[in-house]
Amino acid sequence: MTGLGRIVTGWSLIRAFTVLVYLFMFLPVAVVVLLAFNANQFGSFPMEGISIRWFVELWNNEAIVRAFKTSMLLGSLTALVSATMGVLASLALVRYDFRGKGLITTALVAPILVPEVVLAVALLLFLRWLEMPKSFPLLMLGHVIFTLPFVLLIVQARLVAVRREYEEAALSLGANPVQTFRDVTLPLIMPAVFAGIIFAFTISFDDVTGTLFWKPGGVETVPTQIFAMLRNSISPEINALGAVMVVITVAVPLLGAALARRMAAALR
Amino acid sequence: MAASDADRSGARPWLLMSPALAAVFLLLAVPVCFIAVYSFWLRTAVGTEQVGFYLDNWIEVLTDPFYRDILIQTLRIAAVSTVLCILLGYVPAYFIARSATRYKTLLILLLMLPFWISYIIRTMSWINILGVSGALNVFLLWLGVISKPLEILYNEGTVVLGLVHFLLPFMILNIYVSLDGIDVNLVDAARSLGCTGWQAFLEVTLPLSLPGLAAGCLLCFVLGAGTYITPMILGGPRDAMFANLVFDAIITQLDWPLGSALSLALLVILGSVVLVYNRFVGIGQLAKSFR
Repeated sequence: MTGLGRIVTGWSLIRAFTVLVYLFMFLPVAVVVLLAFNANQFGSFPMEGISIRWFVELWNNEAIVRAFKTSMLLGSLTALVSATMGVLASLALVRYDFRGKGLITTALVAPILVPEVVLAVALLLFLRWLEMPKSFPLLMLGHVIFTLPFVLLIVQARLVAVRREYEEAALSLGANPVQTFRDVTLPLIMPAVFAGIIFAFTISFDDVTGTLFWKPGGVETVPTQIFAMLRNSISPEINALGAVMVVITVAVPLLGAALARRMAAALR
Repeated sequence: MAASDADRSGARPWLLMSPALAAVFLLLAVPVCFIAVYSFWLRTAVGTEQVGFYLDNWIEVLTDPFYRDILIQTLRIAAVSTVLCILLGYVPAYFIARSATRYKTLLILLLMLPFWISYIIRTMSWINILGVSGALNVFLLWLGVISKPLEILYNEGTVVLGLVHFLLPFMILNIYVSLDGIDVNLVDAARSLGCTGWQAFLEVTLPLSLPGLAAGCLLCFVLGAGTYITPMILGGPRDAMFANLVFDAIITQLDWPLGSALSLALLVILGSVVLVYNRFVGIGQLAKSFR
């Protein structure tokens, strides 16, 4: 009886600790969202009522709206390019045998292992040597390089689980490799491709470390805009922008996960 | 079958990989070599670069006590953050791995959420909590515990706090992946052979979870030691980390050769951590979190 009692308290201690850690992870963000609705003009405690005036001001702030559009475009393009490269490379790595595979895998995952600051400086120096000015396409390529490994790892993991027999059946029935990929392999790995696209989008949408180095003058993404605004002081507008960011970066993956599940269910 | 396939399609995998390989080669491999070359150039007084082979930048980076102190400070901040992540992260990872399937999915989903919530928002959220007019001060003033707001923000402690907040999900996820792969029968076997629950944990569960723990530590340490955003938002003027030096040299002072030497130094230091890890654990462990 005492033994049982000890196990129960041990487990409830573990549970209580877990709850506290989860609170630690989420409470600060909840405070941001709460303060975004603050009627108080300094955006601080104590709250003086609920208002959406800061969201209205965000909407009217031209710089923020522009940053938002830039981030959306940047994230979408990065995700598409990165996913295309990632899917093709995963096919090669999983479906074919060739010399130097281990080395190539390491090379393609390397951007995760190199500190982002170093990546940023390296690319910037190279462009400078080529005498190319900073530009939006180059910013996007920078984002592609550090999102690519994530897409690759996600798609590869899924592709390993797809049995070869399906592809071999299609090939033996007369489909060419491109048709086989389009009609058999791609639908089977679609959930992972989708997950990769979402992952790449959110990483790009959220990035500030590399972007501060690569962004051309005058171009701001949402995170760099927040960073610039933080330099002055913390305003309720930043909290409102933060709340919008939280909703987007949380809603996109959740919607994506729901869609991916539906796609996976449709395949069964 | 597989072998003949490979023979017949010798060029195809290379064709498929070429966009990704070209990107990594042109945007990573070649540029990193460029850092190395640039670091031996010299910045002249008028702001142009003197091409050549000068050791000045390296001598400055390797001997100036200013850089050495910041390097030590960086490694200390990253190490303390990593240890705190272990202390805070192991128990929740254990809880997730051992809880009923119903809750497990929810807990893992919640654990993934911070990855999606913007890093800069999560970092700046602490200003709302610890700032002079933040939640904590307002609450303590209201309680009457203090008579004027505490200045607890913008020091090394808050930098560590911000990093732990950012890195903890990486740690929990990696430990969880390891714990989840342990055969529960092993623990039961240890118990039936007379181990107490605690002994079974120390003798069976803990050693088997070490690969995940190591992967979590690697991620936390390398990500923590490479950041410059957290100290800029939550640190004071004296809490710069090594990556801040790089940012200052390149963006503020436009001293490209010095910035190159500094970032190459950072790459070598963090790269050797990765190599040591790879020697003892293997990079493959990191990929397991994606499954």
